[in-house]
Amino acid sequence: MQDFGSAFGLAFELIVGFDTDLLAIVGLSLRVTFAALLISCLIGLPIGAALAVSSFPGRGALVVTFNTMMGLPPVVVGLLAYMMLSNAGPLGVLKLLYTPGAMVIAQTILVTPIVVALSRQMIEDLNKEYAEQFRSLVVPFPTAMAALLWDARFALATVALAGFGRAIAEVGAVMIVGGNINHVTRVMTTAIALETSKGDLALALALGIILLIIAMAVNAAVQGINAKARRNAYA
Amino acid sequence: MHDAAALREVLPRAVPRRAISNVGHHTLSVRNLSFAIDGHKILKNISFDLPGDELTVLMGPNGAGKSVLLRLLHGLIAPSNGTILWNGEPIDRSIRKIQAMVFQKPVLLRRSVLSNLRFVMGLRGLAKSRSELQPILKRLHLEALADRPARLLSGGEQQRLALARALALKPKILFLDEPCANLDPASVQLIEDTIKQEKVQGTKIILVTHDILQARRLAEQLVFLHRGEVAEITPADIFFDAPTSKEARAYLDGRILI
Amino acid sequence: MLRKTAFSLAFIAAAALHWTIAPASAEERFIVVQSTTSTANSGLLDAILPKFKDKTGIDVRVVAVGTGQAIKNATNGDGDVLFVHAKSAEEKFVADGWGVKRRDVMYNDFVIVGPKGDPAGIKGMDEATEALKKIAEAGAPFASRGDDSGTHKKELSLWKAADVDVAHASGDWYRETGSGMGATLNTAAGMGAYALTDRATWISFKNKSELAILAEGDDRLFNQYGVILVNPEKHAAVKADEGNAFIDWLTGPEGQQAIADYKLEGQQLFFPNADKATN
Repeated sequence: MQDFGSAFGLAFELIVGFDTDLLAIVGLSLRVTFAALLISCLIGLPIGAALAVSSFPGRGALVVTFNTMMGLPPVVVGLLAYMMLSNAGPLGVLKLLYTPGAMVIAQTILVTPIVVALSRQMIEDLNKEYAEQFRSLVVPFPTAMAALLWDARFALATVALAGFGRAIAEVGAVMIVGGNINHVTRVMTTAIALETSKGDLALALALGIILLIIAMAVNAAVQGINAKARRNAYA
Repeated sequence: MHDAAALREVLPRAVPRRAISNVGHHTLSVRNLSFAIDGHKILKNISFDLPGDELTVLMGPNGAGKSVLLRLLHGLIAPSNGTILWNGEPIDRSIRKIQAMVFQKPVLLRRSVLSNLRFVMGLRGLAKSRSELQPILKRLHLEALADRPARLLSGGEQQRLALARALALKPKILFLDEPCANLDPASVQLIEDTIKQEKVQGTKIILVTHDILQARRLAEQLVFLHRGEVAEITPADIFFDAPTSKEARAYLDGRILI
Repeated sequence: MLRKTAFSLAFIAAAALHWTIAPASAEERFIVVQSTTSTANSGLLDAILPKFKDKTGIDVRVVAVGTGQAIKNATNGDGDVLFVHAKSAEEKFVADGWGVKRRDVMYNDFVIVGPKGDPAGIKGMDEATEALKKIAEAGAPFASRGDDSGTHKKELSLWKAADVDVAHASGDWYRETGSGMGATLNTAAGMGAYALTDRATWISFKNKSELAILAEGDDRLFNQYGVILVNPEKHAAVKADEGNAFIDWLTGPEGQQAIADYKLEGQQLFFPNADKATN
């Protein structure tokens, strides 16, 4: 297929050419994903930490639920979010459908279970080490949670990256609630889907390559900062 | 019963059994204490009183239940049976707050040395400025390491920090679970000196150790555990000269006890 | 201290949400048009909407989905204007009270595309039903939208007229992709299947591969587009003034001229016929 070769050339041209439409799409992708990730972390990390250090009836079921929800199909999440945000839905008055806000909400639903499930696992591991010492020191529950979150921060950066990967790459949810409206809700993945449906496979692949490069840059940046900070904190 | 006999023998040196008559001193009273996991009995019906002003060393062969006893006394785990009273009060959160424990393997937060101290000071609402914490670090020769990541310290430095952290809480009882295992001699010396000073200042110290020489250097009173029971409780000088139980004799002679 | 932390976290979350939403809500007047992939993917809307915006200042946000889904979304009130191509479904939409009035906008036609090798031998046929019959007889693969879109509805009506029971052949030579026109054409290109497509999508489609137009020109392949204002009495959120402005422009001389002017690869894709509207 000659599409492969032309895709790389096209990707290169789009990047060097500073295509303004492309920049807007990339910008919106990053904005939506980072906003969703931030909210997911604000919600998910405390829940993950609380699940990690507490024991109550039903905890096991809750853990299984969150682990399962990591595999939520984006299109189902999109559909649920659409039904909530639709004018005919309960949250229609918010007028969020077909706006970036709706995309943030859908991605938050997608990413929060990942943050909860993975952070729960990592904090549980750390808590195995800290629990006895904390009990000895009589550390109150919220303080223990905060301390575990802070001390697990480097591992949790990886959790955030997993969430970032899921959010930036998904198309099913943002397509439905965003509508892929040009200059309003078009992001990288919906643009790729659009170009594919236009049969412009080379352009679609070029956009995919750019998406990959962006994801790689974000991962590398986090990794780099993380490694440096980790060196300064502990081995 | 065997350990009841041992108990009677010990007590002459101890404060009166009922500490009520002596308000200035504290007593750790253990009555009919048992602990079992999955039907496996680790401690069997132990009773004793420890006076609040002596440095008690817990000895015994591996698996005798020393660490479990220490954790029970600190309230980290709940007994299957029996009671533990400090000055007549059961061990709960508030009692645990006036106790502190140093574990064989120090558990330090992934932060700087100073932040590790600050964390515990914050728990008790104590002063935590650098200048106020500096003397605590200095006491264990850690002042130059204040800003180093705690987890990058050597084993001896880490254990000194764990001790500094415990002492920063100004505990009435300090539990030490083999604190000097595998440490460098200088750290061992420093930790032992600090423990002695702390004892002089009125802190009740209960130390688990395998090191007979360390026990000789520090102990005022010996509790010898064997197979989940108290084989004997004796003043240190008697214990090391002429232990009353055959188990302790065998242990001190270097014979392997099972 | 905990309360302070909770407060600042909530503030960060609110700021994050505001930061993403703000550009959307701060923008000027706009309407949402539920439309089909053929109008959007062919580039028509990208070409004509800026002219409308220049004149009125109203931004038109197009959600391009299949006609079936577009009608469903409009029924939910998630749009101000419906701009699709399935006349009977559109008339039902109006009759059920969801839309105010249907107006013709433009037309083009459907074509039957297939592999150049043409295993069913339909090349050059101008009777759509005869061509489909031959495909069915040959058992040659046919890629159907299968998604309740305007094109899919048209295709089903043609099979019915040809007296072929495709439901029976489903999964055999009759392959329902359940996706958009482009995706279905990609599938057809991949498996060397026949497919029914609107001419606009076909001309703008870039992955033609071994596919070519094999049958066209049947009156039954006529493809009419209509526009409807979503009924504000059903959904108070509908922007009736802006929506009507758009409909009036689209069916008026300027909009019609803009549609006629849009060409791709030298070919006119849509033919305005609003003045011929009867209802």
